[in-house]
Amino acid sequence: MFGWEFPPHILGGLGTASYGLTKGMWECGDMDITFVIPKPHGDEEKWFAKIIGASQVPIAWRDVNRDYVENRIGNVMDPDMYYRLRSNIYADFNYMRTNDLGCIEFSGRYPDNLLEEINNYSICAGVIARTEEFDVIHSHDWLTYPAGIHAKQVTGKPLVIHVHATDFDRSRGNVNPTVFNIERDGMLHADHIITVSNLTRNTVIEKYGIDPAKVTTVHNAVEPLSEELLNVTANKPKEKVVTFLGRITMQKGPEYFVEAAAKVLKNNHNVRFVMAGSGDMMDKMINLAAERGIADRFHFPGFQKGKQVYEMLKASDVYIMPSVSEPFGISPLEAMQMGVPSIISKQSGCAEILDNVIKTDYWDIDAMADAIYSIVTYPAMYEQLRQDGLDEVNKITWDKAGAKVIAIYNKVLNRK
Amino acid sequence: MKAVCFYFQIHQPFRLKRYRFFDIGNDHYYYDDFANDDIITRIAQRSYIPAAETLLRMIEESKGKFRCAISITGVALEQCEQYVPEFVDVLKKLADTGKVEFLAETYAHSLSSLVDPVEFAAQVKAHGEKIKALFGVEPKVLRNTELIYCDDLAPQILDMGYKGVITEGAKHILGWKSPNYVYSSASAPKLKMLLKNSKLSDDIAFRFSNPEWESYPLTADKYMDWIANTPEDEQIVNLFLNLETFGEMQPRETGIFQFLEALPRFAAERGVDFWTPSEAIAKLKPVDSLHVMHPISWADEARDTSAWLGNRLQNEAFEKLYSVAERVRLCDDRRLKQDWNYLQASDHFFYMCTKHMDDGAVHSHFSPYETPFMAFTNYMNALADFIVRVEEQYPLSIENEELDALLTTIRNQAREIATLNKELTSMRKNVEHYNEERKLREALQAKEETPAKPKKAATKKAKVEEPAVVEAPAEEAKPKKRCVRKKKEA
Repeated sequence: MFGWEFPPHILGGLGTASYGLTKGMWECGDMDITFVIPKPHGDEEKWFAKIIGASQVPIAWRDVNRDYVENRIGNVMDPDMYYRLRSNIYADFNYMRTNDLGCIEFSGRYPDNLLEEINNYSICAGVIARTEEFDVIHSHDWLTYPAGIHAKQVTGKPLVIHVHATDFDRSRGNVNPTVFNIERDGMLHADHIITVSNLTRNTVIEKYGIDPAKVTTVHNAVEPLSEELLNVTANKPKEKVVTFLGRITMQKGPEYFVEAAAKVLKNNHNVRFVMAGSGDMMDKMINLAAERGIADRFHFPGFQKGKQVYEMLKASDVYIMPSVSEPFGISPLEAMQMGVPSIISKQSGCAEILDNVIKTDYWDIDAMADAIYSIVTYPAMYEQLRQDGLDEVNKITWDKAGAKVIAIYNKVLNRK
Repeated sequence: MKAVCFYFQIHQPFRLKRYRFFDIGNDHYYYDDFANDDIITRIAQRSYIPAAETLLRMIEESKGKFRCAISITGVALEQCEQYVPEFVDVLKKLADTGKVEFLAETYAHSLSSLVDPVEFAAQVKAHGEKIKALFGVEPKVLRNTELIYCDDLAPQILDMGYKGVITEGAKHILGWKSPNYVYSSASAPKLKMLLKNSKLSDDIAFRFSNPEWESYPLTADKYMDWIANTPEDEQIVNLFLNLETFGEMQPRETGIFQFLEALPRFAAERGVDFWTPSEAIAKLKPVDSLHVMHPISWADEARDTSAWLGNRLQNEAFEKLYSVAERVRLCDDRRLKQDWNYLQASDHFFYMCTKHMDDGAVHSHFSPYETPFMAFTNYMNALADFIVRVEEQYPLSIENEELDALLTTIRNQAREIATLNKELTSMRKNVEHYNEERKLREALQAKEETPAKPKKAATKKAKVEEPAVVEAPAEEAKPKKRCVRKKKEA
């Protein structure tokens, strides 16, 4: 599997989903998984998958002794693995900027030279493909499609790509042609395409012109939360709290949340609104809240990470995700795990599998305001959504998703 | 001798319009006129009217041998009167044949029987009056909303003057017993019970046009065979159906109307009679008494009240609604009372059901809302406004008993004022009478003595005296009125 992020060092939903799926597939049994990421930190969970860091894959021959290798990268890679990889270097890459081990450095993030990193990643993939034995190649999201294609061309093994998002979701339609081309190239080369929702599936079919027969939806799931996270304590204000958690960008529809908040506050002063996260629309949103005269009730605590997220959820009475276009959207599921009733837009992929949430169109601020009001005003509504939501979300597990992916593997391998 | 007892239900609720929370306190009209008009007109055209006309023909052609019962809720009647009066005319024709019995039920198709006996009695009474006014008949047998029945209800039903009650032949109540007998209630032995034969009723209502059903296609011939072949001593088969089964649930193309129309002929061939519920109750003796500990109904797989009161949302809405019941009965604002009726319809709770699978499909088929949560939100918003209006009539800070006492005082005082006023007018008359008499007497005296001068003085005197006498009792009444107003303010 080729991926870009892996917990605990994650930047978005992609890492969580890749991790969950890998673990879910491992739980289905009889499967060895090698997971390639750009830059491991050594603290990843390795018991269900072998993790190879592209930044430890040599692409230029360096004569280094074992102790030196052990010393340099022992925490993330077995020196034997390094030597095995070294013996599979397939071309002279000495013109590239490599380090003392003949490896390329990766940031493992989304830097400005992202396209260059993607290319480097695919060079490393060539080495790995020649070294490792495997039956199927699985690429998570567009960053790793070139690597997947490369591996397929080297080995002739079937390629499955996993579409976690498309550029149409990220840009509300103004796609970046380079990204679009990488995505479409990946889709055309793939033997099968997995999408995280039917919404994304339609995008893939309609916008990228892919044969519907080779596109299958496998909805994401959630990892059960640990006791520690479930029991975090949080200071709750005496008012009801409505929370938005996520990047404050065009895709997430933050302005609709502000407008709905203004409507609710007109009639009900016992509510506070929180927009946690950062993003390019944050300043605009602060302005908008001030303009609507609700700044005293509308808070921007900034980017939350790790445990803070769960503390935030614990203090919330309503979680809201008014995304304009959301391929899946795992955060409402997490909110439900914490027992927070959720309001989501119908334009998000998770709306396809959730029943015990309130769904509105992202632009329908009246309906959104009404839903917020209903949950904070009527205790029965809160309790019903909370309880049934918990029951529902606890049934959405990764092993079911894993089983579906395995079925797809068997199909591309023509096995029964 | 066997008989079939047909009963057809007609009900349509007043569906609510999309009512946002910012409408609370501003907009007091809750109903989606367009949808209500559209739905009742469509169902009446496709189902109610042709079905009722078929029944009429069946009665005529069988020369009165075909009989059946109809139950129509007060709110459905109001909608029919408003949007499809021609259907009410057909119903009147049916009533005029004398072969169709109209059953009693709650006016608003409400679940009041489960929590509020007073409201229940009031609604059944209101419904009876409406039926009497429109069709000139008095219901003798009760059909509670959605066939809800339990032991606790039986004594009240008997007290209200009904000899029989119609309910579901729920399997968990009957066990091995057959619904094809008359039973008596365990808690009120004089009350007879007619139980729905679910299998045979659902054969028509749900399976009639299902090609995957092994008995498809169902013909009147075959159906009557089944009925005639029930065990010898089972004397009555109760077929309770929604009237919209004919033409709406089973569309016209399935031949459902022809099926219905052919039934009396094949029944006659096999010696099967048709009885109304009243006839069945009069003719048959109960074979046993039935205990029904918990309420049963004809809805969902569970045949209990979980279709309306199965989750937190439904219970919350239900409790909120009936928390103001007593208040609403105390006030006499007609529009408020009308909304009270419309908001009580069980359908609003039906839409909030969160069941899945087959039951869930039935619920969402009828629901005008996308999800039960929207149904709840919308209903609660409308209800919140309604409660605000009730509060405006009487502040909630006063206890019901206190309010009742105050209202009684006010009414008593009003009565007192009325009697005082009456007294006042009679006194005034007396005074006038007295003055006239005196005038006459003085005139006579003047005639006898000297004419002109003293007469003038006398009339003057009378004029002055008159208002003085009148003023006294008027003042007596005034402080009372002020006192009443004070009480009201309090």
